[in-house]
Amino acid sequence: MSESITTNQQDQPKQLDLEYSGFEARTIQDRGLTILAFTLLGLAILPLVLVVSYVIIKGFSRFNLNLLTEIPPTAMQQGGGISSAIVGTILLVIIAGIISIPFGIGAAIYLAEFSPKIVAKWIRFATNVLSGVPSIIVGIFAYSVIVLTMDQFSAFAAGTALAILMLPIVIRTTDEALQLVPQEVRWASVGVGASNFQTVLKVVLPAALPAILTGTTLALARAAGETAPLIFTVLFSQYFPNGIFDESVPSLSVLIYNFATVPYQNQQELAWAASLILVLIVLIASVLSRFIARQQTY
Amino acid sequence: MKHQPDNNQNNHHSPSQSNQSALDEVLTTEQLCVYYGDQLALKNVNMEIPRNEITALIGPSGCGKSTLIRCFNRLNDLIDSFRLEGKVLYRNKNLYANKVDAVKVRRQIGMVFQKPNPFPKSIYDNIAYGAKINGYTDDLDELVETSLKQAALWEEVKDKLKENALSLSGGQKQRLCIARAVALKPEVILMDEPCSSLDPVSTEKVEDLIHHLKENYTVMIVTHNMQQASRVADFTAFFNAEEGDSGNRFGYLVEYDRTEAIFNNPQADATQKYISGRFG
Repeated sequence: MSESITTNQQDQPKQLDLEYSGFEARTIQDRGLTILAFTLLGLAILPLVLVVSYVIIKGFSRFNLNLLTEIPPTAMQQGGGISSAIVGTILLVIIAGIISIPFGIGAAIYLAEFSPKIVAKWIRFATNVLSGVPSIIVGIFAYSVIVLTMDQFSAFAAGTALAILMLPIVIRTTDEALQLVPQEVRWASVGVGASNFQTVLKVVLPAALPAILTGTTLALARAAGETAPLIFTVLFSQYFPNGIFDESVPSLSVLIYNFATVPYQNQQELAWAASLILVLIVLIASVLSRFIARQQTY
Repeated sequence: MKHQPDNNQNNHHSPSQSNQSALDEVLTTEQLCVYYGDQLALKNVNMEIPRNEITALIGPSGCGKSTLIRCFNRLNDLIDSFRLEGKVLYRNKNLYANKVDAVKVRRQIGMVFQKPNPFPKSIYDNIAYGAKINGYTDDLDELVETSLKQAALWEEVKDKLKENALSLSGGQKQRLCIARAVALKPEVILMDEPCSSLDPVSTEKVEDLIHHLKENYTVMIVTHNMQQASRVADFTAFFNAEEGDSGNRFGYLVEYDRTEAIFNNPQADATQKYISGRFG
């Protein structure tokens, strides 16, 4: 029986058709779906392109040295810059970083390395809930817990509010980075006589460091752009902040909020310029973090 | 087909019953049973591992060879559900006695893993790491050089000691891991399928290396590859797996003898079948 099949095929070789045809149903469907995917990709990127280009067009006219050296003007004043707001934002982000990064990384180390599974599951869940809490609620929380208790607005209160917003991002990225370090490397370290502490500190953390830095940088960038928590915790001013318990600390995000909603052209222009600076900070931070992550070890 | 080992009753194995005095044992197990949770993984292992010899553990998958080798440096401690009954004696001290510090055990009994797992550090630091955390204060440069020479890797890496170890090839990585184990100057080196992810050329190099290590160390090697066991080992232990009452598989020691005896004149039926390639 099998013989007859083979002879049949040899007797009448089928016409061999390997040529590409653009009109078959399969190729048309193929091309259509590819075009659709590209279109959707373009639509997804469009908001980013629009926002960035709009901010650049609007903010570029005031993008000069004065912007970086002069303090913000009052309502009727001409000229001026946003120098104190840049310094203020940096101050707040540093406070937030000092609070959230050690706590966040410590918590993530416990989660990934030492905690029992069931505990880790619930803490991870709690972290996700915390990252979903709207920033304005974190602002109210910091207001009632810190501002009301200390009876004053302060850079510290604002920094704490930002720290709470950063915390879940730092925990999650660090936790994920630590979990990506292969188990074999931990065995190797334990196998040469390292204690758990030495293993984590000298092998696992260094291996995860690029990814941790990426997450931390993104968390800092996110904190730099937050507005709502700052409205509740710190007063706006034109002047440079004076220590971490200063009541009034200008910041880029609040400056944008204040200046964009007034009828004075000078301040409106500065609001756009400040937006440009803020977008640049976030952009540079993201690029920087990607660059760091490029040297990934695993 | 399920096979009942003929010598299930006589479960005390010593490779040197004829000339007991000539060999002294570094490691001994007595009625060793291992459980993961409630599941029996390894049953009643009695073995004596002779000093400065190479002992191979062979057998089909799931027969507990890797589990057993990890008992010798307490690496199984890292597995939460792990439980051990019986004794593991190292120079007549029970490794699982209450007061024993697992970290100190691992400094005496080094380990090389199935998958080469260098640290994501420079080649130099990979070797120096173990020495540093163990408070080694002598010349680190010299230690790195001698360890790499012992692992037959020095010539290939001497000009790039500061490069990341992850840039090495698979075979080089594994020899680096061996150098890392050797740098601790352990008494015993355990190897869990050290060549399973290497190509034949690298495998040959590692096997040569294992032969040389015998001069200074006691080596135990788990292998899937029977040719490898017959090439490198002085003694070979054959493990088999069996299904227990509750349906889970557990491993047990079938036969343990000089490698020539295992391969040329196996006593147990299962060993005969396994080495002739009829199952496993």
